[in-house]
This record gives sequence, structure tokens and C-alpha cells, in this order.
Amino acid sequence: MTVKYTKDHEWISVNGDIATVGITDYALHQLGDLVFVEVPEAGRTVSQGDETAVVESVKAASEVYTPVSGEVTEGNAGIADDPATVSGDPKGNGWFFKIKFSDSSEFDGLMNDAEYKAYVASLD
Amino acid sequence: MSENTSASEILLTTPLDALHRALGAKMVPFAGYAMPVQYPAGILKEHLHTREAAGLFDVSHMGQAFLMGDEAVEAFESLVPGDYQGLAEGKTRYTVLLNDHGGIMDDLMATRIPGGLYLVVNAACKTQDFAHIEANTRGRAKLEILSDRALLALQGPKAGAVLARLAPATADMTFMTFRKVDIAGIPCFATRSGYTGEDGFEISVPADRAEELAKKLLAEPEVEPIGLGARDSLRLEAGLCLYGHDIDTTTTPIEGDIKWVVNKRRRETKGFPGADIILGQLANGAERLRVGILPDGRAPAREGTEVQDLNGNAIGTVTSGGFGPSVNGPIAMGYVKTAFATEGTPVNLIVRGKALAAKIVKMPFTQKSYKTA
Repeated sequence: MTVKYTKDHEWISVNGDIATVGITDYALHQLGDLVFVEVPEAGRTVSQGDETAVVESVKAASEVYTPVSGEVTEGNAGIADDPATVSGDPKGNGWFFKIKFSDSSEFDGLMNDAEYKAYVASLD
Repeated sequence: MSENTSASEILLTTPLDALHRALGAKMVPFAGYAMPVQYPAGILKEHLHTREAAGLFDVSHMGQAFLMGDEAVEAFESLVPGDYQGLAEGKTRYTVLLNDHGGIMDDLMATRIPGGLYLVVNAACKTQDFAHIEANTRGRAKLEILSDRALLALQGPKAGAVLARLAPATADMTFMTFRKVDIAGIPCFATRSGYTGEDGFEISVPADRAEELAKKLLAEPEVEPIGLGARDSLRLEAGLCLYGHDIDTTTTPIEGDIKWVVNKRRRETKGFPGADIILGQLANGAERLRVGILPDGRAPAREGTEVQDLNGNAIGTVTSGGFGPSVNGPIAMGYVKTAFATEGTPVNLIVRGKALAAKIVKMPFTQKSYKTA
């Protein structure tokens, strides 16, 4: 189960034909304390790059974009109820949504772990 | 994730810049200065700490000045609706600089001191404010900009105890009074005032002793450093205006729900810009009013959010909105048409294209706790 990354600091991990999407530690660090999360409803169809979820810190609202096209199978109700879950475990329980992706070639354009680390290093 | 990329720009620094960085502050541009938006504790903890103990804020970016001369107070009154001739020495009053339409050019604190006034204005407006004041008091008063002084705010229920330890002369100061005091041996002036809804002090200190004073205050067990992020959430919960957002050149003090800045004597004698418009609004009401807006759900409604009545008609806009850590939920303030300004009126906030239920509420969202006489 490889994890890939976007330039907007989402991570995506694949299990069969379902992928799970969340935000990275870097994104979390940029955001600071989280006060609100909105996750998509199951059944929503999205295209790569669409605003699919919302995460808000005290200071600002931020969009979470879907790294791939497809149909949302589940939004994480746990983080919608308690945004602090994202801060505690952004790579695990802090997942945002699961998506049944429609075009596996879209993964080719995403960064692997080493590429994402290098990208983040170039930002600071 | 979407991110704001900051353009590289030359920023001014306050005398506490090195200290902020040493404390691990996240620095952001604000009014042309590099300022700490938060320290490692984060905005939520910094906000809650201020309401429970004592928070230290660097507000050195703000403008400080003396306006001196035999006619300084009278001359100043020609620019503001406040009664300063009737204000005793050592007392501080909040007021606004007005334009000819009765609109607000800036909000500020002005203190009666021997020989004139001590002024504190917003950072973003200080250049224009001082030019305006100087031009309009020329020949009757002398404006001395105090560019060699820093400004610190110590706010919270424990602020009084902390400062009394380092400066016993502050112990009996009441809200909105001014005193020259030595704090830990450093000559300062302090007012018992602030922008958080808590008891506290605003302390003017020579720039070259600012770091020393800040370190002495931070060494006290109750005190933590607090950034601009928490400063904003604190003032929002307290229902206090942020110039340029909740009040500006297009809002009168009546619309802005701060009509108390037009003191009684000035209502009778006038002699301030926009007096007729303002007195007209005092008599007949204004068409819109600044109000508190409380979303029913969890989603914050930020500045610029459209406010609608339940029939989908636009009735106003949010001018400040976010999350209130002490109320543990979203809060906002904004303007609505006067007919909708009553406490309890249900409205909708259009957030990401959806109508979210909210209601008009009185402010503050938290209880104020000033040290009154």
C-alpha cells in the first residue's frame, strides 16, 4: 500500500480500488489548531483537483482537494465531530475521505515519499 | 490543501523581534511589520491562557505620540467626538478620528496628561493619523511621535497581581487610568486598559529597554507570550472592533454601535467632522447596525460572508468572524439592516454556497472583567 502526495499537501493511500485521503504533517503544521472540519458525503462524484473537504484553523479556512477523480465512498464522521483527531493522527485516524477512483493513471502524476520530502524541503 | 503564499517584502521589526524568534514565534507580515501570529503553544492555548492567567503581547507596531500645548486638547477635540476638555488628567478615553461624512478614519486611545494628550493609534493608520492630526492642530499644538518607544500589553485576570509585584504603584490603578511607573526598575507609562475584555495594562517602554521588560514579565510564572492570532480571537469574543474591518471610513460611530464615543457635551456643542450626520443618526437611527452573529452550527463564517433573511434577501455582511476558544464555537460580528438588528433575530449565513442558520446576539460573547473603581 504505497502512499503518494500532492503539491497541496494531501496524502493518498490505495487499498484495492478504494483510496483514502488525508492531509500531511506539513499541512497541519501550517494550519495550527483546527476548529472545524467538513467532509464530503458518500456518493459525491469528484474530479481530480476538486475541492472535496474543508479544514479550518482559528485564522482561516482551507480546502482539501481530491488527488484523484472518482466517487466518494465515505467521509470521516469522526473528524467532523472532533477536529482535534486530525491533529493527533493526521496519517491514520485523521483521514478525511475514501474514494473509489475512476482512473488509476492519475496516480502517475503524484509524488512518492522521497519526492514529497524534497518538495517540502524546497518550500521552507 | 490551499495555502497563502506570502510575497517577499521588506518588513519593519519591533524592538522585541529577536525575542519573538528566540521564543519560536511564527512571524507574519502585519501592517508592514514582522509580527508574531503565534508561539509554539498555538492560538487556542494562548487565547485560553490569557483568560485564565496573564498574556504578554507585543503591540509596538502601533503609533504612540504626545500632542502638547495650551490649546492641544481643544484642537484635538476638533477631530474627534470625545469630551477631552472634561476628562481629568491621568484618565484615558477611547475615541475615533472622523471624516466629513461622519465616517471613522481610525479608533484610538487618548489620555489626558499634564500639558496635553498621550495618543495610541493603530499601526496600519499611524502615518495617515499623525499627518492628519499634525495638519489640523498646526499652530495650536505640537505633535511629538514617540518612535523610540515600544508598547506591550499584559492582559488577563492575573495581570494585576503580576504587575503589582513588579510595580506596586500599579496596584490601585483603575480601568482607563494612566500612570508613569517604574516596572522592575524600568521607567514606563502604563494605562489600565486593553483589547481582550480582561483586566490588564498597556505599557509604554523605551525601545532599548523593551526586551529587558518583556523578559522580566515573561519570567513571572503566570505570564506567557501571546501572538496576534489570539489577540484577534480575544477581541472578537469581547465584541471589540478591529479598524479596517468592523469600522472604517464608511461607518459612523452610530452604525458601528459605539455611539457612546459621542459624549454628551459634544452632542450639544458639536464642532467635530460629520457632526450633523451623526446627530441625525442619533435622533433618527441609522440604516444599518453592527451586531453579534452566532452561527447555530460548528462552521465559522468569516469576513465577507453574506447575511440573508430567511427569505433569501441580502441584509448584511460579516465583518469579522472566526472561532471563539472560550465559547468553544464559531462567532462573528457584522452589519445588518437595522430592522434585523434585534437580539434573537434568525438569519442565514451563506458559507461555501450554503445557507447556514445563525442568530443575532448581543456582544460580548464572553463576560468582560475590567477593574472598575
